[in-house]
Amino acid sequence: MTGLVELRAALGENGWLDDALAKITSDPAAVGALFPAAGRRCGREPVAPGWTADEVARALLLSAAPGEAETLYRYGDADEKRAVLKALPLIPATGETVSLLHDALRTNDTRLVAAALGPAARQLDAATWRQGVLKCVFMGIPLTAVDGLPDRADAVLAEMLGAFAEERKAAGRDVPADAQELLEQLKGA
Amino acid sequence: MRIFDPHIHMTSRTTDDYERMAAAGVRAVVEPAFWLGQPRTGPESFTDYFDSLIGWEPFRASQFGIRHHATIALNPKEANDRRCRPVLDLLPRYLAKDGVVAVGEIGYDSMTADEDEVFAAQLALAIEHDLPALVHTPHRDKARGTERSIAVVRESGIDPGRVVLDHLNELTVAPALDAGLWAGFSIYPDTKMSPDRMVKILSEYGLDRVLVNSAADWGRSDPLLTLRTAEEMRAGGFTEDDVDRVLWRNPVEFFSQSGRLDLSGEERVDVAETGATFAGNSILRGGS
Repeated sequence: MTGLVELRAALGENGWLDDALAKITSDPAAVGALFPAAGRRCGREPVAPGWTADEVARALLLSAAPGEAETLYRYGDADEKRAVLKALPLIPATGETVSLLHDALRTNDTRLVAAALGPAARQLDAATWRQGVLKCVFMGIPLTAVDGLPDRADAVLAEMLGAFAEERKAAGRDVPADAQELLEQLKGA
Repeated sequence: MRIFDPHIHMTSRTTDDYERMAAAGVRAVVEPAFWLGQPRTGPESFTDYFDSLIGWEPFRASQFGIRHHATIALNPKEANDRRCRPVLDLLPRYLAKDGVVAVGEIGYDSMTADEDEVFAAQLALAIEHDLPALVHTPHRDKARGTERSIAVVRESGIDPGRVVLDHLNELTVAPALDAGLWAGFSIYPDTKMSPDRMVKILSEYGLDRVLVNSAADWGRSDPLLTLRTAEEMRAGGFTEDDVDRVLWRNPVEFFSQSGRLDLSGEERVDVAETGATFAGNSILRGGS
């Protein structure tokens, strides 16, 4: 996984971000007003595999005020929430951040569900994680979004996917190719 | 053709509406925060609502290829309930968001002292956050309410070119335009304004600083009345470029003043299709 140092290098020089980080270092609560502006100030184009400029900027801002993660998520728009979820594995864990993943998994926003099943999903217990994987299948989120899927997929997930495939077949509907492939791999294992 | 509906409450509409709107050419909407049918009793109902306007609703719209932005405010009716007043303190958080392109709907409902105070406070927030303002004019006692709104806008010190006075009619359009404000018209099935009346107003007052919206919400309303107005304009002798100006370039011009209107992609397509640009520019993200 890409670390904060590599991400910062990928973003390149940005005076606004340097100033923002300095402000947050002396006053962590200042991140509240700076976090929403990151897209307007740093752009939104892809800068590293799986990362856009605003997400990188927000990960860096959050790393300077890790105690603000819950507040930033609570009051964030969808892009800010997604940035918090993606940054969680890169910052020193403080507080009950697993509840943010639970919140994201309750939404019907594909961007948030996918982010909750990225590297941050290591915090999730097995039952919640399996439900999340199945939710991806239902929502049409490609299973490539699920971090560490081959290692973590187990017999219980295979059973759930098998039952899902049966339901789809009974209804005369297709089973998404990636779900079918995973099911076959798990059965063969 | 392309349509930008600068005032529509999509929260109250179904996916069928989104499909019909997309098919009719609606590619961008602005959803102002307003009252719901059921009065709210505390700030937390508002934060969930505001979160939806900058989270769930833009996501829903995007599934139909429609760009969704919002305006955020404590509306005039609920400004009268003291239990909702703490909403004012929560607004700065929301006014900092990318998807928020104005403060609104603010203004008057019953023209009470509470409404005076909350209206003025939110115009000050618009100035502070460098955002335009969307002002609702009252349905009861409209002419006097419009005059009073213009006076409050003038007193606030905000640039009148950054304020739209909405739900205007034949009697309130002149004072708004004369004061340098934008004039908004809500085309309704049989109340506020109709397509044929709108065309007469456009013929009389011209196309400058005019916004046409459906203001469709949870009441009897129709998200396609923007399209019906376009048809009525053509029947009334207006050109395709006139239609594009009223139903696309004007709202783009007004909300671009926020520096946050994000129509990247859309504008490129339309330059290719129609040769039209707004002030020679395509409207991209950012601006700060």
